[in-house]
Amino acid sequence: MAWRLRLAPEKTNIDFFKHQWITFGGSMLLMVLSFVAWGAMGLNFGIDFKGGTTLRTDSATVIDTGVYRATLDGLDLGDVAINEVFDPSFRADQHVAAIRISAAKGQDQIDDAGLKRVTDALTAMDPALKIVSVETVGPKVSSELVWSSITALLATSLGILGYIWLRFEWQFALGGVLALLHDVFITVGIFALFQIKFDLTIVAALLTILGYSINDTVVVFDRLRENLVKYKTMPLKEVMNLSVNETLSRTLATSLTTLLAVGSMLVLGGDVIRGFSFAIFMGIILGTYSSVYVAKNLVLFLGLDRSDKPRATGKGADHEFANIDA
Amino acid sequence: MQMETPLWKRLVVWAIVVVGLILAAPNLFYSRVETRNDAATAIAKAAKLGVTATPEQTAALSVWPSWAPSALVNLGLDLRGGAHLLAEVKLADVYKQRMDAFWPDARDALKEVRDATGPIKRKPAPEGTLRIMLTNPDGMQAALAKLQGLTSNVVSLTGAGQKDMDIVADGSDIVITLSDAEKAATDTRTLQQSLEIIRRRVDAAGTREPSIQRQGADRILIEVPGVGSAEELKAIIGTTAKLTFNTVVGQGSDKTANPGQGNMLLPASDNAKLYYTVEAAPVVTGDDLVDAQPSFDQNGRPAVSFRFDTSGARKFGVYTTAHVGQPFAIVLDKQVISAPTIQTAITGGSGVITGNFTVEGSTNLAVLLRAGALPAEMTFLEERTVGPELGQDSIDAGKVAAIAGMVLVGVFMLASYGMFGLFANITLVLSMGIIFGILSMIGGTLTLPGIAGLVLTIGTAVDANVLVYERIREELRHAKTAARAIELGYERATSAIVDANVTTLITSIVLYFFGAGPVRGFAVALFIGIVTSVFTALFVTRLIIEIWFNWRKPKTLIV
Repeated sequence: MAWRLRLAPEKTNIDFFKHQWITFGGSMLLMVLSFVAWGAMGLNFGIDFKGGTTLRTDSATVIDTGVYRATLDGLDLGDVAINEVFDPSFRADQHVAAIRISAAKGQDQIDDAGLKRVTDALTAMDPALKIVSVETVGPKVSSELVWSSITALLATSLGILGYIWLRFEWQFALGGVLALLHDVFITVGIFALFQIKFDLTIVAALLTILGYSINDTVVVFDRLRENLVKYKTMPLKEVMNLSVNETLSRTLATSLTTLLAVGSMLVLGGDVIRGFSFAIFMGIILGTYSSVYVAKNLVLFLGLDRSDKPRATGKGADHEFANIDA
Repeated sequence: MQMETPLWKRLVVWAIVVVGLILAAPNLFYSRVETRNDAATAIAKAAKLGVTATPEQTAALSVWPSWAPSALVNLGLDLRGGAHLLAEVKLADVYKQRMDAFWPDARDALKEVRDATGPIKRKPAPEGTLRIMLTNPDGMQAALAKLQGLTSNVVSLTGAGQKDMDIVADGSDIVITLSDAEKAATDTRTLQQSLEIIRRRVDAAGTREPSIQRQGADRILIEVPGVGSAEELKAIIGTTAKLTFNTVVGQGSDKTANPGQGNMLLPASDNAKLYYTVEAAPVVTGDDLVDAQPSFDQNGRPAVSFRFDTSGARKFGVYTTAHVGQPFAIVLDKQVISAPTIQTAITGGSGVITGNFTVEGSTNLAVLLRAGALPAEMTFLEERTVGPELGQDSIDAGKVAAIAGMVLVGVFMLASYGMFGLFANITLVLSMGIIFGILSMIGGTLTLPGIAGLVLTIGTAVDANVLVYERIREELRHAKTAARAIELGYERATSAIVDANVTTLITSIVLYFFGAGPVRGFAVALFIGIVTSVFTALFVTRLIIEIWFNWRKPKTLIV
């Protein structure tokens, strides 16, 4: 018998409802806390949503943010924030700073002359310094991006809701999508709590979380759909437990492979994409958790009609391919 | 017991894999193929102009065989470096120009009914509106009829049958605006012209693969790889480049001086204290130019030489003949570049613009004049520049992360599923190849988030395999034969695999329409990644298992 790595024993019989006050309740509490963090601390919006200019400098000289500040002071700019960036992928003599400048009073966005003053001052301060990226987003675009982000999140949620409704029943659809929102809201809460820069790529990451978190949930639901027909008299709660147990080893395996891949992106992929990788990383962990502890609880709460009426999918069989193995 | 997939199905699956891998192959020799492609483009361009290719270009062609596929995955601006600009075209500019141009016509037309209307006057009105006061409102009907005669039908599909101007009476005033249909038609035209002119300017500047797209009603997105900064790009496309030759009335240093009726006060471009008073109506405009080239004047200073078309040459000839010894102003975007004195009549239709130019400045101006003036001004809502160094750093980090991710996932799969894990790993490598093949084929753009999307695909590509393997394990427990367990595993896992992946496809479609640039690259990578990985897991892995199974004929199966 060959040795195999097992993330879960061959047959588990865990009662996933046993501590639901802690697991499901905890999730709800985390969600509330996320809203609190969100409301109290606000998100650290990047220029995509707030407007303004960011510069990224790269130099062989060690960075003293005080000197940078002194250099940029008195250039007649708006607020200036200077951060040194660290990353394991940098060379030993690579020193990177991120400078964020908001538009001066009475201006929509920094003008060419202002930007030139900044770049001239920086290169005069440190001739070895290179400005490797400059980004400016005007207020008009940034306010539109806020709306298009919200629309995109809603559109994706509705799309997923519709698809699951089509393939399963409305309780599954609603439960699944609410569990998704749980994943997304807590991820946003983490971004608020640690004040990680929240820009357009983070929204892209949140959208990706929507798509991926539902993945685990769908696999559990798919099994549930199958078992509901197989065990007609078993109480709903038990069928749910059985389904989660049966799919547990797959759920863990998939989450682990995805985490391994995204984790290597998070550690080795460079700082430019780090926020994005981090959001997806958190989203996968939360998504796995919610598909085991949140989604099915919501379905249970919504209740299922188990009478033998024709199913939403229009098939009476235990699942789509059942007839093949008649 | 044999496992037997129909031959045609096997052939189709392997054909897709092989074609995908062949299409991906050029990406392994990226810089070499790119050199060839650049040379091919340059030669094609030269051939169009009737120029033969240089030996270097022909030599560059041979670095990659011509029979081999040569499509590459495009690298996004965030990986290659370059500039990204989102410009908003001030469409209302054109309404104003139209009304300003309509006023002299209206004035002349109303002269004919002066007996009824009395003297008329243009009154101040918001931009894009022409308000004409009649001294005697009794002549209103006659005046309206006259003006109606000047309108024409809208030239557009949706606005067919409608007049281009709305002319209404407001007390003793006549208010004229462009009609909504005409505005819509004008907007479309303005935007198309702007796009075309920007394209010509960027092309003339000779950068590689620029992308210039219309976005929404009044915006243009310009992405140009390889440009040093958004500033440079703005210098090329941001200027309106409206060139006019005007009669000089006078000059002075008072910027508040009243230029008088029909004149304009314009600053000199090279002297902050000098202002020219010129006649507002130009003698000739840049529209009459057929060519402009950077050159040098007799003192060896950079200049721009130009040539008029026939009508421009005639107008310019008549004017210069009549005004020998007088100065005229060369005006670019409301600044006087220079105001030379006419030495002799210029009837040949060509001339030289001198001014305080640098070589770069004169080259740029020549490009701008050749491409024509923008119909309206533009403002820039969004500017992004990424340096090539940062892009290269991102590519390097992305490569390391992708390889590390693949190795980690591969080790995990091997440890969890043994031989079957190995099969999944082979398919994983194949699917990465196919993804690159598809991206090359459709001319997709790889961005930094796109790389993240591919890494994410590594993690999920094995997911479909995991689902199948877990299901096979379960089926094996129910003591079926090995071959049957594999078959059932595939059949019963399919619904979960499809349902789980369709949701992600929905997400990637929304992402595509939501985002631009890097995010869009991510959406494309995600979409192709999912389709490919589901295909390879359901078909390719299965064929590999089948080959192995038929070869070893195992009695029992350990997954």
